[in-house]
Amino acid sequence: MVIYGVYIVSKSGGLIFNHDHNVPRIENERTFNFPLDIKLNYENKKIVVSFGQKDGINVGHVLTAVNGSPVIGRELENGKDVFELLEQPENFPMSLKFSRARMTTNEKIFLASMFYPLFAIASQLSPEPRCSGIEILEADTFRLHCYQTLTGIKFIVVAEPTQSGIEILLKRVYELYADYALKNPFYSLEMPIRCELFETNLQSLLENVEKSGASNV
Amino acid sequence: MTIHNLYIFSKNGTLLYYAEWNRLNKSGITKGEEAKLMYGMLFSIKSFVSKISPLDPKEGFLYYKTSKYTLHYLETPSGLKFVLNTDNVTQNARELLQQLYREVYLEYVVKNPLCQLNEPIQSELFKRKVDELFKKSPLFLSRSI
Repeated sequence: MVIYGVYIVSKSGGLIFNHDHNVPRIENERTFNFPLDIKLNYENKKIVVSFGQKDGINVGHVLTAVNGSPVIGRELENGKDVFELLEQPENFPMSLKFSRARMTTNEKIFLASMFYPLFAIASQLSPEPRCSGIEILEADTFRLHCYQTLTGIKFIVVAEPTQSGIEILLKRVYELYADYALKNPFYSLEMPIRCELFETNLQSLLENVEKSGASNV
Repeated sequence: MTIHNLYIFSKNGTLLYYAEWNRLNKSGITKGEEAKLMYGMLFSIKSFVSKISPLDPKEGFLYYKTSKYTLHYLETPSGLKFVLNTDNVTQNARELLQQLYREVYLEYVVKNPLCQLNEPIQSELFKRKVDELFKKSPLFLSRSI
């Protein structure tokens, strides 16, 4: 039973709050010999595995370190180009560390504003009249629950597909938002939520739900 | 339990086939436009899911649910996309889609030399078989009966 994260999207589609609760870190280090048996590509300022997944290193994983020294963009700390290093047989064997890319804050804002039209189109393409937008979206690795309030704010929880009681959790988060964000005189509507009390209360609520289900929240 | 409608898309987004059984709400746009909107939404959902997923996804997007209907999604490794809208109580619609692919699409489209792949399916036999498959499935229970 894991809750991965909570997002709050404002009426106009901007991300106003985000909390990563329990995101697993996927990292793999392996020693490679020349020539490499995987294909690496440079995209979006990252070196990404594009073909040849093996030993837990999957397509889409990002190269984070070479022989223990971190990779920044396509270069090592000392300014050497990683692709040039990988082409020279005398550098091998080499230990490369890969991890699944974590979302940056910018990407989260981007995804939040991407969810907004998906939500709207889902209700437009409905075969039944008077339909809401997406309430549950399931993939094989997670389930996303969305609750839209009457005022248009969306509360989104990403959790394991087996996690139960998310509907109650969403309403409780709404309650916390009403109590600790809206009643805070320093909080202005539609702006990112930076209220300490809200965050600490949310944190303990999430831990409670994970530990003992939603029955006693 | 009701099945509303079915879309089949090719890997480059062409609407290959559309069928509807119980549909009350017309979206107010032409079928072509609607198909483009649907494909665009699925495409976005796919990239959304692959980015927001905390672990490495295998199958990716499975379905989404709104207050009135559920959209089930099946994509084959060759990029063919099957989309089925049902009501919210329907379960196992994914198996039905797999069956549709295996027993109807492969048999009556791929094995028919007169059917051009990646172009809208004209075959009458295919249409009839799709209709048969859905009408005999336990998920299909028309509200008008």
